[in-house]
Amino acid sequence: MSDNTTGASIEVAGLTKVFKNTTRPAVDAIDLDVRPGEFMTLLGPSGSGKTTVLNMIAGFEDVTEGRILLDGQDIAQRPPYKRNLGMVFQDYALFPHMTAAENVAFPLQRRKIGREETTRRVAEALDVVRLGQHGDRLPSQLSGGQQQRVALARAIVFRPRALLLDEPLGALDKRLRDSLQLEISRLHSELGITFVFVTHDQEEALALSDRIAVFRDGHIEQVGTPTDLYETPASHFVATFLGDSNVFTGTVRDGVLDTGESELRCSGPDGPSTLIVRPERMTIGHNGSSGQNRLTGTVTDVVYQGAFRRIHVRFDSGRPGMIRDGTDAPSVTAGERVDVSWDVAHGVVVADRDDAVVTT
Amino acid sequence: MAVIEPHRAAATTDTRDRPDPPTEPAAPAPGRRRMAAALLLAVPAAAWLLLYFVVPSLQLLWTSLTTPEPGLANYTALADGAAVTIIVRTLVMAIVVAVVCALIAYPYAYLMTIATRRWRAVLLILVLVPFWTSLLARTFAWVVLLQDGGLVERGFAALGFGSVQLLGTPVGVTLAMAQVMLPFMVLPLYNTMRGINRRLVDAALSLGAHPVQAFLRVYLPLSFPGLAAGATLVLVLSLGFYVTPALVGSPQQSMLAQYIGVQVNELVNFGGAGALALTLLIVTLVLLAAVQLLTRRRNADQGSIATSTFGGAA
Amino acid sequence: MTGSTKLRRILTVFAVLIAIWLVVPVLIVIPISFSGENSFAFPPSSWGVGHYVTFFTEQSWLTSLLVSLQLAVIVTLIATVLGTMAAFAIVRATRGSGAMERFFTAPLIVPGIVIAVALYVAFLQWGLIGTATGFIAAHTVLSLPFVVVNVANVLRGYDRTLDRAAAMLGASPWTTFRTVTLPIIRPGVLSGALFAFVTSFDEVVVSLFVQSPQLQTLPVRMFTSITNEVDPTIAAASTVVLVVSTLVLGMASLTRRSKTNV
Repeated sequence: MSDNTTGASIEVAGLTKVFKNTTRPAVDAIDLDVRPGEFMTLLGPSGSGKTTVLNMIAGFEDVTEGRILLDGQDIAQRPPYKRNLGMVFQDYALFPHMTAAENVAFPLQRRKIGREETTRRVAEALDVVRLGQHGDRLPSQLSGGQQQRVALARAIVFRPRALLLDEPLGALDKRLRDSLQLEISRLHSELGITFVFVTHDQEEALALSDRIAVFRDGHIEQVGTPTDLYETPASHFVATFLGDSNVFTGTVRDGVLDTGESELRCSGPDGPSTLIVRPERMTIGHNGSSGQNRLTGTVTDVVYQGAFRRIHVRFDSGRPGMIRDGTDAPSVTAGERVDVSWDVAHGVVVADRDDAVVTT
Repeated sequence: MAVIEPHRAAATTDTRDRPDPPTEPAAPAPGRRRMAAALLLAVPAAAWLLLYFVVPSLQLLWTSLTTPEPGLANYTALADGAAVTIIVRTLVMAIVVAVVCALIAYPYAYLMTIATRRWRAVLLILVLVPFWTSLLARTFAWVVLLQDGGLVERGFAALGFGSVQLLGTPVGVTLAMAQVMLPFMVLPLYNTMRGINRRLVDAALSLGAHPVQAFLRVYLPLSFPGLAAGATLVLVLSLGFYVTPALVGSPQQSMLAQYIGVQVNELVNFGGAGALALTLLIVTLVLLAAVQLLTRRRNADQGSIATSTFGGAA
Repeated sequence: MTGSTKLRRILTVFAVLIAIWLVVPVLIVIPISFSGENSFAFPPSSWGVGHYVTFFTEQSWLTSLLVSLQLAVIVTLIATVLGTMAAFAIVRATRGSGAMERFFTAPLIVPGIVIAVALYVAFLQWGLIGTATGFIAAHTVLSLPFVVVNVANVLRGYDRTLDRAAAMLGASPWTTFRTVTLPIIRPGVLSGALFAFVTSFDEVVVSLFVQSPQLQTLPVRMFTSITNEVDPTIAAASTVVLVVSTLVLGMASLTRRSKTNV
């Protein structure tokens, strides 16, 4: 499978979708540029439009407005069976009346590839997903994880230059999901083609992606690498959607955020702002240095997670907060009064406030 | 038929959020183009039915209102003399058949609900076998059985009833029709009885009710929808029944369908035949609609009635 | 009430009697078909296969048998194609599904005599009495609903995502239907086709009115025989028809029953 198929570039420009009998667009003038060979994840809550975008790229939804460019060519008018894209579905969509091998052979038969060549490539594809011995099984004889691997093999056997994945791991349990995530990642490195992956699971997105596009209400809030999005979220929504956050709202003036109850140093422009601090950036206690912000509060809950623990506190201001540290850290109990501190540099200021979003 | 049922395969044991429920329609939202294509598929069949079913029916209606003269003469003629006798006789016969079927079907269907799985299957197949066998063959069998010197007469003689003539009599027709109609009564009854929680009867007994009381006041009312549906079905089918009454009965004691046939074949009274036929149709539709309303079965649509009775209750 | 064994025993006896009453009468036809004489006497005093010979050689019987068989095959083909298409329309349309389904199953609730008379009057006018076209037209009307109901049933359980998957793998809509959809819904289509066959093969009332002495189906010939003559060939005919339709419908019901439980 490791031949020189390169990934396609997929670009959407001004992509809009308005469903019948609705006024608000499900997808509102989206621009997105997926680079050749990149693993791009479309991440967002349900109803955010990410699946609709994928369906438009695949050709299952008509485009209301905008263009979809595959390697520079507008494919928006092309029917799905002429787009030559691979696709993996959440419910696998394996043909139940065909064996795994016959399923994988299907796209090759559509392309009039000879029998010998087909057999060879089917065996190859099944080997890539490590199901070489299961070719003769019917889908009903395979487990969920195996079925999804067959679906992957089927989607790549005809060497598409891009693969679309619609929440492919959603129907699997946690352990299976983790192991298949690795497989998908490995597949991406091996094949080198473009992956467009839709999920609502931010951990999955962080783990697999080269870049992530965060969707909300039909718009893209931010596009960036996992690190970009996590360390420097552009908005309150992105900050709280990816990972946990401690959120402080107030007004910034001269590098100090005035929340009304406390004053926290930060780096951000003047004006109404939100300060985000990741739980793992906070510590119990303080080292007395001037480069830190410091708050006092009462521990409300200590949640043990094995490799780490979550310490929930209620700051004296009344707001809740969460610290995450390792089990080596000194033990704390509920009810204890503690200091909580963090380096000023680790706080991120985002300009908008979104009081509708619940923090942590 | 093996169809993928994806969520059966997923043994989700983790506490993470389930996959989002789809907010957009899961099937491709049909563009106007696709919708038109779907509807287009129905056109050939619709055209066939229109030409060879709807148009002839409308023509018959027209004929009944215009032959031999325009007006409702054919319909008012239903109210006098020969037609009334026939109609009443047919109605009485149909009711008798329905009652006989109900009396026989009720215990049979009840037994099906308490039988073990294997025996239930046997009982069901026995009820379905008549669907699989030609009506004509079955009716001929009754002709043989009911003939003078036939088995049934000999059976009655053995029981001391003396010689009984059955072929060509309403009694004979009733016997034969009841057997033909029985499956139509058993199946709806069984379907309804299946859904009755038998613990309710136990509850009634525990509250001090005599078994007969428990039956009359708890079980019977609960079984009513099936009973009504079955009885109406049998009634409706019996009203319009042609084959068995024609072969087992006599022309002197003919039922409605035979009478209509005579109007057409021998008297060339198309107007009258049309009026009779359409009246029969209207009565049929009204009765069927009535039972649907009364029993308020949501999915008692033609399709499922058809499937469960004609298409084999499999 | 459930546990009473006495009641159970009474019911069982009753059910057995009823079962006998349901099934046995038909069986009487079989010995009569093997009788050696020209009467319906039961039990026959002599045996032979003469009636079967008559059935398969005498012109009126043989012709009507062949007509019925050919007619049933043609009607099955037409009804299956038209009915399957209609079923797709019913299941895949977003509006009008219910109305369409009621329309296509209407022939089932209209009494046979009504359809017979309506078609007779119409066919007289159109010159279709006693013609192949007339028979085909009439029988297809009667068989169509069975195909529609059976195919629509199986189609409702069909996972549409499979169509999408096939499209993404390069299959055009027609190829998708041919290679994916049809194999999966085949049991329903087959079941509908078998019911269509038997409906046509066994059809009596409408056939009686659209036939002519020049073109008769087997049921018409059988009906005339029972009314006009005492000819045990009818017993042989009945037995043959029994075997054919029981086999066919038995097959149809079994393919459907294997997926459901009682």
